[in-house]
Amino acid sequence: MSTHFISDTAALTGRSLRHITRSPDTIITTVITPIAIMLLFVYVFGGAIDTGSGSYVDYMLPGILLITIASGIAYTAVRLCTDMQGGIFERFQSMPIARSGVLWAHVLTSLVANLISLVVVVLVALLIGFRSGASVTAWLAVGGILILFTLALTWIAVIPGLTAKSVEGASAFSYPLIFLPFISAAFVPTDGMPGPVRAFAEHQPVTSIVNTIRDLLAQQPVGSDIWVALAWCVGVLAVAYVLARLTYQRKIA
Amino acid sequence: MPANQSPGLAIEVQGLQKSFKELEVLRGVDLDVAEGSIFALLGSNGAGKTTVVKILSTLLKADAGTAGVNGFDVATQPANVRESISLTGQFAAVDPILSGRENLALVARLRHLQDPGSIADDLLERFALTDAAARKVATYSGGMRRRLDIAMSLIGNPPIIFLDEPTTGLDPQGRIEVWQAVKELTDTGTTVLLTTQYLDEAEQLADRIAILHQGRIIVNGTLAELKQLLPPAKVEYVEKQPTLQDVFLALVDDGRSIGTHN
Repeated sequence: MSTHFISDTAALTGRSLRHITRSPDTIITTVITPIAIMLLFVYVFGGAIDTGSGSYVDYMLPGILLITIASGIAYTAVRLCTDMQGGIFERFQSMPIARSGVLWAHVLTSLVANLISLVVVVLVALLIGFRSGASVTAWLAVGGILILFTLALTWIAVIPGLTAKSVEGASAFSYPLIFLPFISAAFVPTDGMPGPVRAFAEHQPVTSIVNTIRDLLAQQPVGSDIWVALAWCVGVLAVAYVLARLTYQRKIA
Repeated sequence: MPANQSPGLAIEVQGLQKSFKELEVLRGVDLDVAEGSIFALLGSNGAGKTTVVKILSTLLKADAGTAGVNGFDVATQPANVRESISLTGQFAAVDPILSGRENLALVARLRHLQDPGSIADDLLERFALTDAAARKVATYSGGMRRRLDIAMSLIGNPPIIFLDEPTTGLDPQGRIEVWQAVKELTDTGTTVLLTTQYLDEAEQLADRIAILHQGRIIVNGTLAELKQLLPPAKVEYVEKQPTLQDVFLALVDDGRSIGTHN
């Protein structure tokens, strides 16, 4: 389509990355909730939770990483919504550029911001005793899954970013996503949950993703969980991408 | 499809219609804008001015009618239209977190021009923003923002510029700064379609004025032609009173010479 897709997307991504470097508070507020939950569970609830062998921080870090991403993508919706309301979105759309670059720039910026947040959270986890002897390959696999999860949630975030009437409304959609890990195997083994809750917990996407990351970090065989996790990530990503593009087409028609 | 532009016309609109759900906003708009002229589309809030501009700048699709910009059809050749135009929106479309210079360089980069930095510097100079170049736009006054906005529209020298309510929300000095910038545009042969709800703005700037009312153009002509629509002026002698704007500007612009206590 447009020969300028890459250069236009790069220019626009450079712009929105500056928004992050100039307001690092978006990274701080992204990581503060997951870090607080991590401290709360490790030092308050953790002693009462039986996860078998191994340290509790090792057990729950994967869930914390997913919460970090869920709270980080709220800012993607906020940044996009701000562009929509400010008129700069229309300026870009009226220019001879690759139009979809405007969305991709926000998606790539979301990826970078979330990776920074994830590194911060892992560093804090290391401080409070998280340890892993996982190989470089296992870490790369963990990174790959987290990137896929971030992309899937980011394309979901694009939809409220394009349609919300207010910036506050744009970020509100992320709250249910932040709570999803609590009803999963992220913090507590699912065995003790009552029937319907357990059924939900065992079959929602977070559990398979958490189990896969946990096994990779603990140098355990991952089993079929990794395929379920990848199927969820790719499936949600594909559906969210299509819906976001449809929303976008309707918005600019 | 080849460009079939009537000679001398930058914008040609025929029978443009647009509804939002039940609400008919445009009900058959016709207008022509000559190359190199300033054309004012005048109308009250909600008359549909912004809708016309959005259709002409390919942000909205019309329900019926045709619109040609620089000889290109907005419906079938939107990419060519976008190459030909620049849009300055109702709410200054600048990035408040970037500096003025970064805003300009970004647009230059998106227009695929060589040396975005020096293009930015030239425009900062021309719009008297050099001193504020490195500051975040969030710290700019309304007039400075709008000037930056117009400067961004000039990058790449598009032959046609749309200014959607360029002075709404500005203080009197800001308005005059923007008017000055708009008048200078036509020195370079740029065609300007501006929308406004201020009658004096159309009077000050426009070569031709059209009034959009209830989704149709009800009159279209030069200021002199529009004035002839009313009964001939009768001559009266009235003492020339300064307007409040004259007083305000005299006080604010020359505060020192009038002898304030500073």
